[in-house]
Amino acid sequence: MSAHPNNRTLLAKLIALAAAMFMFAIFVLPPLYDLFCEITGIGGKTDGAYTAVAVEVDTSRDIEVQFVATNNATMPWDFYPIEERVVVHPGESRAVVFYAHNRTGQDMLGQAIPNVLPNNATDYFHKTECFCFNNQPLAAGESAELALVFIVDPDLPPSVNTVTLSYTMFDITDRAVAQISQVQ
Amino acid sequence: MAHGPATLADGWGKYISRWVFTTNHKDIGTLYLWFSFAMFIMGGAFAMIIRAELFQPGMQLIKPEFFNQMTTMHGLVMVFGAIMPAFVGLANWLIPMMIGAPDMALPRMNNLSFWILPFAFAILTSTLFMEGGGPNFGWTFYAPLSTTYAPDTVNYFIFGVHIMGASSIMGSINIIATVMNMRAPGMTYMKMPLFVWTWVITAFLLVAVMPVLAGAVTMMLMDINFGTSFFDAAGGGDPVLFQHVFWFFGHPEVYIIILPAFGVVSQIIPTFSRKPLFGYSSMVYATAAIAFLSFVVWAHHMFTVGMPIAGELYFMYATMLIAVPTGVKVFNWITTMYRGSLTFETPMLFSIAFVILFTFGGFTGMMLSIAAADMQYHDTYFVVAHFHYVMVAGAVFSGTAAVYYWLPKWCGKMYDETMGKVQFWIAFIGFNITFMPQHFLGLAGMPRRYADYGLQFADWNMVSSIGAFMYGGAQILFLFNVIRTIGWGKPTDDPKVWEGAEGLEWTLPTPAPYHTFSTPPKVK
Repeated sequence: MSAHPNNRTLLAKLIALAAAMFMFAIFVLPPLYDLFCEITGIGGKTDGAYTAVAVEVDTSRDIEVQFVATNNATMPWDFYPIEERVVVHPGESRAVVFYAHNRTGQDMLGQAIPNVLPNNATDYFHKTECFCFNNQPLAAGESAELALVFIVDPDLPPSVNTVTLSYTMFDITDRAVAQISQVQ
Repeated sequence: MAHGPATLADGWGKYISRWVFTTNHKDIGTLYLWFSFAMFIMGGAFAMIIRAELFQPGMQLIKPEFFNQMTTMHGLVMVFGAIMPAFVGLANWLIPMMIGAPDMALPRMNNLSFWILPFAFAILTSTLFMEGGGPNFGWTFYAPLSTTYAPDTVNYFIFGVHIMGASSIMGSINIIATVMNMRAPGMTYMKMPLFVWTWVITAFLLVAVMPVLAGAVTMMLMDINFGTSFFDAAGGGDPVLFQHVFWFFGHPEVYIIILPAFGVVSQIIPTFSRKPLFGYSSMVYATAAIAFLSFVVWAHHMFTVGMPIAGELYFMYATMLIAVPTGVKVFNWITTMYRGSLTFETPMLFSIAFVILFTFGGFTGMMLSIAAADMQYHDTYFVVAHFHYVMVAGAVFSGTAAVYYWLPKWCGKMYDETMGKVQFWIAFIGFNITFMPQHFLGLAGMPRRYADYGLQFADWNMVSSIGAFMYGGAQILFLFNVIRTIGWGKPTDDPKVWEGAEGLEWTLPTPAPYHTFSTPPKVK
């Protein structure tokens, strides 16, 4: 059975297509997804640290900002906002505090992941300082006040009067231990 | 018969080597079909365990942890082990004979793509006997269930999926190469039988999306073992990304399962209607349109993740659009039968049941595509009923029809028509008793994937289980009929077998010789 001369070229092309789709799934889809979420604000992921620019405070608008704190899965910490809601004017810088307490007998590392609702407010909620920019080490029995400084952008869509900022605290102790042992 | 295949008379050693080292498309097709039937029986046994547990409310037979493993393994084994290899087996047997080629284009790769499959499923099934149990996160293996909360055996599952993906990709490449390069002179693309057309389109879908599945499980593997955070929010990833990647594979996958079934039915209905297929070219274009649309509708599986309204509307309308080419197909099948001189042999019965029940399953799909209504239907038994109507009454019925239709050609013996019809009616009635009540259960709010349920669901669950045992029994009859045919069936040497059959494979002697079309036929 003589192989058709074109079979090998076709084989190579199709294998290349399969390999390209594999690369697409791993290296293109996840960044594309993140980019899409960032542009549209879907998923409520806020940007990193924001450098405050001088804007006029819009005293005509009152925006209620609500805070929600949850523990992920088996995270045993006490974790809650000191103030559950504050009212701010757009453009005004405001500091609030979250409380975290490691009730266990072990040193632990936490990571808070923010999420903003509604989606169209995500791009207008700026954080100049946030505990979520770093992970939070808490020794056994230790507690801490975690600081957040934020500005609601004056360009916030007029339909939005309430913004909810939610933090989920993840236990990343094992992950950090694994990374340290990898470095060593 | 100097070049004939080794038979048992040549001794066990030679006989086994023949099957292990074979590069013959008919041998490999046979291997695929038997393998898929074995997987079908195994996946069916899992389903029987599920339905036995759900026969009554409360926990009777198995623990909930094991129930979860059963639902997961049932889905994985049926989709990747039974349905897909069955159609690859049919493609191996039939495509060379239908386009006048002597064999598949890449015969040694063909051997490899089959023989890695049993290993994939051995790896996957062995997890059931390991500490921690097999995969228990559903056949869609959503992260973080399949990453953070998975049993340790998840790595075996991942390697199993990698191997079966490699097998599918190689099988598809072979089919594309065969169809593009090995057609007999005069066999233009628009003269190819529809089964060949649907398979070549399916093969392109497979080459495009099986690597995406491999990518998804690779990302899982890295999240679990190497500290990456593709799907872990704690490290900046997103579990919803998993669903997007999975369904980017998963939605084309459902057409991978159903398109070859469309092809089979498009061969059988004209034969027993004694009329050419109505609207051949519209069938080809409809198949291509369905394949294209399958890439742009994936998020209708995840309306409940909190998508913006614009996304919901887009995915809703795009999904509904698929009903147009599918409707063209159903119209063509019915019009082929219209004023034909119909006879109702077993393959035709299964094909007509396919058209009716697949259309029914398509309509429930339309209901599910309505984003607002899907909030209610999502993850209920309504979804289970929907996809069993399209996958069992769709793919499995057409696969059964295909076996009855071509079995006389393959082995030169007729099956028992009465037994075939009895099997059909038990299967048809059993199937509907099983899955029709699941629509009611789903609409009443019974969620899928639980080992127990509220008392208000008890009656219909019992009915459903009784139907499932009936349907399972029909498959045993099927197995018996096939073995009886091969061993003791009435010999036939009529090349056409069926009076109305058209196509190159029916010009060959019956049973089909080991090597066919060594010199290509002329197609006018």
